[in-house]
Amino acid sequence: MRILRWVIGLVLIGAFMYANFFIYTASIYVKLINVILFSALFVIYRVIVGPTAADRIVAVDILGILIIGMLALLGLNYDQSFFMDIGLIWALLSFIASLAFAKVLEGRSLDD
Amino acid sequence: MIRTLIGMAFILIGVTFDFLGVLGLVRLPDVYNRLQAATKCVTFGSAGLLFGVFILQGFNSFGFKVLLGIAFIFLTSPVAAHVIARAAHRSGIKLTKESVVDQYQEDHELKE
Repeated sequence: MRILRWVIGLVLIGAFMYANFFIYTASIYVKLINVILFSALFVIYRVIVGPTAADRIVAVDILGILIIGMLALLGLNYDQSFFMDIGLIWALLSFIASLAFAKVLEGRSLDD
Repeated sequence: MIRTLIGMAFILIGVTFDFLGVLGLVRLPDVYNRLQAATKCVTFGSAGLLFGVFILQGFNSFGFKVLLGIAFIFLTSPVAAHVIARAAHRSGIKLTKESVVDQYQEDHELKE
């Protein structure tokens, strides 16, 4: 069972990497954005499956940081700088959301 | 030419670190292990990616926004990770069975 999970994961990652970098034709930035979106799929898996509530909070926090890198690459692809404005606001909002979630998990109220 | 090369090297290193960190988020057995792998790797990876974008862009408005993004990530992400770990420990989530020492719990018992 454990070996089966290893094989499924390695085949999935290998097939994605091969199809992304050798078959799909686009600029290199779009290919790197695809890699980051594939990572975000794993983060969504952890949000859905995660055994405890803390796992889900960690995954949402990580997803915010991944999105900032993706927005920088997207702005580089389109040669526009306003994508980074969205990224900065996303960073601050994700930080405040993580603090609020952690406080609720600890059992205190928000104005404590 | 050489600037493009250095910038693309930073971006590739950043995307690799992002992917490996998310792989750690999926694979590791415990909330604290997942938090360790995911937060450190993804923070460093996204910061490296943004620094590569800064090298590619130079000192225009996009470059300064990217530098501001690096500062935000380095200020907010360790604080969020610390708060989530503390809240998870205080809300009573157990460590994994292979773990050797839990010094926070020992300090807690010493105070009481």
